[in-house]
Amino acid sequence: MLKTIGVAEVSQLFAGIPAKARYPKLNLPEPLTEMEARGELESIAAANDSTYDLVSFLGAGAYSHYIPSGVDSILRRGEYYTAYTPYQPEISQGTLQAIFEYQSLIVALTGMEVSNASHYDGATALAEAVNMARVIQRGARKKVILSPGLHPQYRATVHTYEHGSDVQLLGEDLDLSAGPEALIELIDEDTSLVAVAYPDFFGRIYDYTALAAAAHAKGALLAVSVNPTALGLLRPPGEFGADIVTGEGQPLGIPLSFGGPYLGILATKQEYVRSLAGRLVGETLDNRGQRGYVLTLSTREQHIKREKASSNICTNQGLMMLAATVYTSLLGKQGLRQVAESCYHKAHYAAAQIGKLKGFSLAYGDTPFFHEFVVKAPLPAAELNRRLLERGIIGGYALGADYPGLEDCSLLAVTEVNSKEEIDFLVESLKEVSRG
Amino acid sequence: MNFPAELKYTTNDEWIRVEGDSGVVGLTDYAQDQLSDIVYVEFSGAPGQQIAKGAGFASVESVKAAADVYMPVDGEILETNAQLPTQPESINSDPYGAAWLAKIKIRDATQLDGLMDAAAYEAFCQERQA
Repeated sequence: MLKTIGVAEVSQLFAGIPAKARYPKLNLPEPLTEMEARGELESIAAANDSTYDLVSFLGAGAYSHYIPSGVDSILRRGEYYTAYTPYQPEISQGTLQAIFEYQSLIVALTGMEVSNASHYDGATALAEAVNMARVIQRGARKKVILSPGLHPQYRATVHTYEHGSDVQLLGEDLDLSAGPEALIELIDEDTSLVAVAYPDFFGRIYDYTALAAAAHAKGALLAVSVNPTALGLLRPPGEFGADIVTGEGQPLGIPLSFGGPYLGILATKQEYVRSLAGRLVGETLDNRGQRGYVLTLSTREQHIKREKASSNICTNQGLMMLAATVYTSLLGKQGLRQVAESCYHKAHYAAAQIGKLKGFSLAYGDTPFFHEFVVKAPLPAAELNRRLLERGIIGGYALGADYPGLEDCSLLAVTEVNSKEEIDFLVESLKEVSRG
Repeated sequence: MNFPAELKYTTNDEWIRVEGDSGVVGLTDYAQDQLSDIVYVEFSGAPGQQIAKGAGFASVESVKAAADVYMPVDGEILETNAQLPTQPESINSDPYGAAWLAKIKIRDATQLDGLMDAAAYEAFCQERQA
């Protein structure tokens, strides 16, 4: 091989790498036996605190929910562990059917007509929605309105995607108390997409019907980033005029696991299917009339359409997609509603109790919310969390880092896993730690 | 493989039938054969638009590929074939007839001299098959 490419020895292949970086000293410790290595890793892992050891009220885009044991036992089947792309339907029916079932569930949950096979996470899905809108409108419109109520990291991802593009991102500096009406005022003939969150980052639920109508009146599209758990209870975005629905699928049976891998939800209307980013599975009949599943409309994808494709992503989050499918199937429509109701009622109980505490208030107490709410405390959120941790409580998300001026505000999440005792313990602890 | 003698051809596998100062544009038999089953046609150009030679005005997708269709000469689109989006497969069955893509007004007839005749185009296709 070296002769063929005209090189005398292997080291010449690395000539382009600076000599000092070629063989750096790695400074590794002495080798260990498996038993010793395991012991060492366990002691490192033991230094972590998790939701198993502490009471947690932290959400902000990733939520602690109960995962039925059936989810894991199905996920652990070796047949699903493949990284193989299911291009050849004759050997991938299991994977393809699982994706088809997932797509069907997402369509039912969101009120959309078609869902892709999933994306990396909710942030990616939103950024892909922005690109989709541009493809649908052939790049004729340059403005994208991002609600300040979208997750800050999702918005950052959109900025990363649009870095160097001619897309103008507006709306993020709007007042946080302003509802959808403020977004309506920004829509004009050059608006490609309006993107909002449902519930929003602060847990608030808005009716976006008028926003959808205003966007459509100007020829713009509406993208709604959802928490799928909330859709067990709330009207699906398809019913109030969403054109694209994105979201983070982690709440559907996927553990927190330090922030990933998660699951990006992306669904849209049938008329936009050719602009849909990502992989898509369809149901068909084979030459013997038997039902089968295949990757379909693949000509949308970048390995065929190159620079004209909506997306550079032609993969999906297979195992996480399967977890969400199994979780949602096990719970069923009623089960998902029960989880959502439990989250809603427990969060409202917590908010009511905390709102009564001296020095504490609910920042957006007048707006309906799902299972997350903003608490204004008599001390900085970072300090509050430090004191709560001493009592074994993971507090809320300190908002000051993303929203200057909200240093004394925490975003608290309550889900079905938080018992009444835990909530009462939180309230009691807040009372104690705020005394000084 | 069919190469009608009365047409002019481009290296991008479009044909044009010249009728006075207007023309009808479509995809060749060779193009449809290479693409295989065509399942989708979409027009990016619309009647009234001036489109330069070599600029895309439509895209077609088959079960295995996507291709753009380019203007053989500078011209104004007079009409696009409204049947095609609902009957994309007609490009496979009747590429020189029912499945024309656009009717155009030719702006500069001298550009037609730069296109291939049927014999040259047939040779060009055979060359690529080799």
